[in-house]
Amino acid sequence: MNPEIDTKNKDATDVSSPDQPAGQPQQTAEPARRASTETKRTAHSVTVENLRAYYGGQESIKGMSIKFPANEVTALIGPSGSGKSTVVRCINRMHEEIPGARAEGRVMLDDFDVYDPKVDVTAVRRAIGMVFQKPNPFPTMSIFDNVAAGLRLTGTKSDNLRETVHKALRGVGLWGEVKNRLNEPGIGLSGGQQQRLCIARTIAIEPEVILMDEPASALDPVSTLRIEELVEELKERYTIVIVTHNMQQAARIADTTAFMLEGELIEHGPTNKIFTTPEDERTERYVTGKFG
Amino acid sequence: MTQLAPISSRRRRTDVIMRGVLGAATIVALVPLVLVIYYLFHKGLSAWSKNFFTTDPNGNFLGYPGGIRSAILGTIEIVAFATLISVPIGIGVALYLTEYGKDSKFANVVRYFVDVMTGVPSIVFGLFIYIVLVLARTGGSTFAAWKGSIALSLLMLPIVIRSSEVVLLLVPGSLREAALALGAPRWRVVARVVLPTSLSGLVTGALLAVARGAGETAPLLFTVAFAQSLTGNLNQSMNSLPIQIYNDIQSPRAEVVTRAWGAALTLVLMVLLLNLIARAASRRSRLG
Repeated sequence: MNPEIDTKNKDATDVSSPDQPAGQPQQTAEPARRASTETKRTAHSVTVENLRAYYGGQESIKGMSIKFPANEVTALIGPSGSGKSTVVRCINRMHEEIPGARAEGRVMLDDFDVYDPKVDVTAVRRAIGMVFQKPNPFPTMSIFDNVAAGLRLTGTKSDNLRETVHKALRGVGLWGEVKNRLNEPGIGLSGGQQQRLCIARTIAIEPEVILMDEPASALDPVSTLRIEELVEELKERYTIVIVTHNMQQAARIADTTAFMLEGELIEHGPTNKIFTTPEDERTERYVTGKFG
Repeated sequence: MTQLAPISSRRRRTDVIMRGVLGAATIVALVPLVLVIYYLFHKGLSAWSKNFFTTDPNGNFLGYPGGIRSAILGTIEIVAFATLISVPIGIGVALYLTEYGKDSKFANVVRYFVDVMTGVPSIVFGLFIYIVLVLARTGGSTFAAWKGSIALSLLMLPIVIRSSEVVLLLVPGSLREAALALGAPRWRVVARVVLPTSLSGLVTGALLAVARGAGETAPLLFTVAFAQSLTGNLNQSMNSLPIQIYNDIQSPRAEVVTRAWGAALTLVLMVLLLNLIARAASRRSRLG
């Protein structure tokens, strides 16, 4: 357990809790309104310093440094195999779950070292949530239990589990669609709804950062649009890193965009600049579709 | 008109012959299977009566030789205790292999031993327990039901481990990742996600192991021995269906041999029932 991370989480919850009783009746009256009904919150930033990641003997991230500013959406773009997902998985230490995989370098959550040997890896993952490419709700659990899973799996005692779950579902705009069938299985939802359910599961434990690994690539255009709108809203409370293959998507939702190639960061800057006047020739060739 | 290439008469002839040979092989294999079932019902049903299921063997030389009540209940007791030992340990080993050991050297050695254990003849387990527990008079008894249960559990263990491992591997890695990424410790991932997701498959595997254990004679022969009367004491000799059949068949009395058939039919139907339940459980599986 790390006391530092815990206090931070507690602070975060405290910030939002005074609003909760007052906000509740209003939210019930207007189920269509989403994260905007919640208070803004200053999340933590993530700084990656000289990160090297390996699969067995193969180096797939070759010394990368990048800063993900708080309450902003940063998009990681680049061709397949460029190491975008690996970077993201290193931030919440999911990379090391793969047999033979390891990482070197530093990842800082504000001034807190994620790779500190004294750190409990579960505390890191609670503070840095993750949404995967394919929606992966737990098949044995109901819609309600799926969202509650984050709290139950981490052994977090919640004074008001029901309210937390409802709030998370409202936060992803799923409340109106599922409020009458909270006890039905989560896998009965459509693909897009399942992905929003997975996001609700992540925000229910109030992380600082949400990592999204191609969250919309398995979804249809309408569902994709909803996820993109949701990302826009979520950045008021969370720092967001999104890996995407879809350059239009990056252009639509990201504040800054980073272009990666073969395990190295080529360029990172304001999204507008990356797509119009990039400094590196390789970035320009990629965003104009000349390779990759 | 499109012309298709003509098929030679030789090819057509080969086809007919091969079809005939394979069909004949199937029939040859079916004949004994059908005969076994026919004899079981033909001879076994005539032994069945109300008394057959409600009385114990009495050992009298004349008159009704008694039924198989103690054998049925003894088998249930012995197998239940064996299940109690082998299923938790077996699922535990399978969880270790899939969740922790994975492809490590030790895990692969364990897998190899489990495979070897699957091939060990059942009488070897019986002999092993005979030497270790029966001759040593462990627990103050020589032949005892619990010793038979242990012999059976040794036999069931590799079956449970193997079937559980297969089922646990079917749980998508993405679910484990989802739980880990939420900040769950590994044991909670296992308890809350992996086990519930694979539950019906684990039940199926356990039931198949139970069905296998229920029909075994050799491990019980040297460990439980034989008793006529009903007992609930696991530290005594106990009657069981396979041993009852084994003894009855050697009797010169026609009534007793008939009782063996009736017991055999009962045993087969009990095992069949377990298999049907196992099938039903696997059909309800969420893993398809």
